[in-house]
Amino acid sequence: MYLRHGAFSYLPALTEDEIAAQVRYALLNGWPVSVEYTDDPHPRNVYWELWGLPMFDLHEPDGVMREISACRAAFPAHYVRVLAYDARLHRQTIALSFLAQRPAAEPGFRLDRSESGGRAQRYGVHSYATGAPAGARYHGAGYHVPEEP
Amino acid sequence: MSNICGNEDGEQARWDPGVHSYASMGYYEPDYQPKDTDVLALFRVTPQPGVDPVEAAAAVAGESSTATWTVVWTDRLTANTHYQAKCYQVTPAPGRHGEYLAYIAYDLDLFEEGSIANLTSSIIGNVFGFKPLAALRLEDMRIPVAYVKTFLGPAHGIVVEREILGKYGRPLLGATIKPKLGLSARNYGRVVYEACRGGLDFTKDDENINSQPFMRWRDRFLYCLEGVNRAVEQTGEIKGHYLNITAATVEDMYERAEFAKELGSVVVMVDLTVGYTAMQSMARWARANGVLLHLHRAGHSTYTRQKTHGVSFRVIAKWCRLIGVDHLHAGTVVGKLEGDPATTRGFYDTLRLDHVPANPRNGIYFDQDWASLAAVMPVASGGIHAGQMHQLIDLLGEDVILQFGGGTIGHPLGIAAGAEANRVALEAVIKARNEGRDFVKEGPDILREAAQWNRPLEVALATWGDVTFNYAATDAPDVVPTASA
Repeated sequence: MYLRHGAFSYLPALTEDEIAAQVRYALLNGWPVSVEYTDDPHPRNVYWELWGLPMFDLHEPDGVMREISACRAAFPAHYVRVLAYDARLHRQTIALSFLAQRPAAEPGFRLDRSESGGRAQRYGVHSYATGAPAGARYHGAGYHVPEEP
Repeated sequence: MSNICGNEDGEQARWDPGVHSYASMGYYEPDYQPKDTDVLALFRVTPQPGVDPVEAAAAVAGESSTATWTVVWTDRLTANTHYQAKCYQVTPAPGRHGEYLAYIAYDLDLFEEGSIANLTSSIIGNVFGFKPLAALRLEDMRIPVAYVKTFLGPAHGIVVEREILGKYGRPLLGATIKPKLGLSARNYGRVVYEACRGGLDFTKDDENINSQPFMRWRDRFLYCLEGVNRAVEQTGEIKGHYLNITAATVEDMYERAEFAKELGSVVVMVDLTVGYTAMQSMARWARANGVLLHLHRAGHSTYTRQKTHGVSFRVIAKWCRLIGVDHLHAGTVVGKLEGDPATTRGFYDTLRLDHVPANPRNGIYFDQDWASLAAVMPVASGGIHAGQMHQLIDLLGEDVILQFGGGTIGHPLGIAAGAEANRVALEAVIKARNEGRDFVKEGPDILREAAQWNRPLEVALATWGDVTFNYAATDAPDVVPTASA
């Protein structure tokens, strides 16, 4: 399967320049940018691991790009996402989120059903990857460079 | 001044029995300074021929507050001037012969806390059928913070909805299942599945899908949730289907809402036709149960569309935000349904901003402070397609659900392809916008570039790229921006 996560998951994977352009957009809006990673891409897993703190008061994307690279190097087979945060009153939430790396092989999810009376079912989504312990779920290097069309 | 019933006032004192002009009874007070806690209303008044506009406006104030057609001595048992609504300004409507804009202030004590039913019974209860008026329209209202704070507002609102879904930085996408009548539950759920797995965030029951002989509600809920959950499994994204719980009684609606929750639906839906009290009950239920509440404004055009009579949709939008729905249909501008761009912008501002400044160009006559009441996610639905994506994002912004029903389900390569085309178009335009491109001007190029590597979008553009609905709006603001040198 191909995980759909973040604002651009139906586009070809972003290049480094394209990621930098999105980071620049965030910084121009005054949004601090942060990097997170996970090997549990369940759609209800809200808390991916923080790669350091949000980067406040930056003006250029270079610093963010360095942190993205460092995170990828440390977790070459994890999902890595870039988040921009809008702290304005009445927002105080994420303003933009997109993937900067995904594992080369994504086993996807299984739909669990527990059947009950009246044909009703309770559904649960189970990530195949989480069958293995954290840190041992994805193998090989992830990828983030788009294939040429 | 002659009074509206045709008698002369003569030298009547205020409490002399008989019929007096409304203006002379205190319902017209040009020197009145509205209090911060007053509810303010702006009416477009069209008096019958020969009726004085000020007297007509005073009558509106009177009939929507304490007055009846004749003096009653029991008024004197009350602090009557406190309870009288006061018309404090009457001006001719710009460029509209025979129409007047009447500003009326109501003391907060006239209204029950947190009750839209009571507010509307007062403001629009009797007065719209008043014979001396040829027509009457409630154009706008200022709800004072003191009254706003007696309402709970949206159970979740835009920010919490995004956090529930885990979706940020782009409009959400939806589609209404078509044909809206006749599909069996099993076939209906197929459309839900295909549209959600193809890339939409939501699918939707139409307003008149309730529980008919061809598809009963319980079957529909089962098959729709099957489709939604299969799509979640395939994409790794949270999805939802607006399950319409509109029914004959509130008890039936609770039963349907509970079943939707039991099946794990993130959202339920009601129609405006259920009435304000039922809407408030369902908003309370949605808050207690953590389920998003979508409102379809079924029937609103019967009273919102005509410029001289009825209630403007901007007022309905304010009531709905107080009531506490999470989603509200608010127009597309470019689609098949009524929607002047400036007027629609006023609706969107009303739903999304915390402080909405007066802006007559958008039909907003009063400053409205929402005092942190959660924002309502506007929904744009009706005759829109992927080829308009750049225009939609320009006109409607990012906090909006764009619903492509025909534009998804009618795709020649299938429903999932239709959904994918919309999603690719959306993401391509948002990405280009963020990169600093002039996405409105370059929109067609941006879409064509994406269509080069995405066949569903290529087919969508070939099918609908030129479709437009260009008709004059019937409900446009009085104040039109003029070109300045």
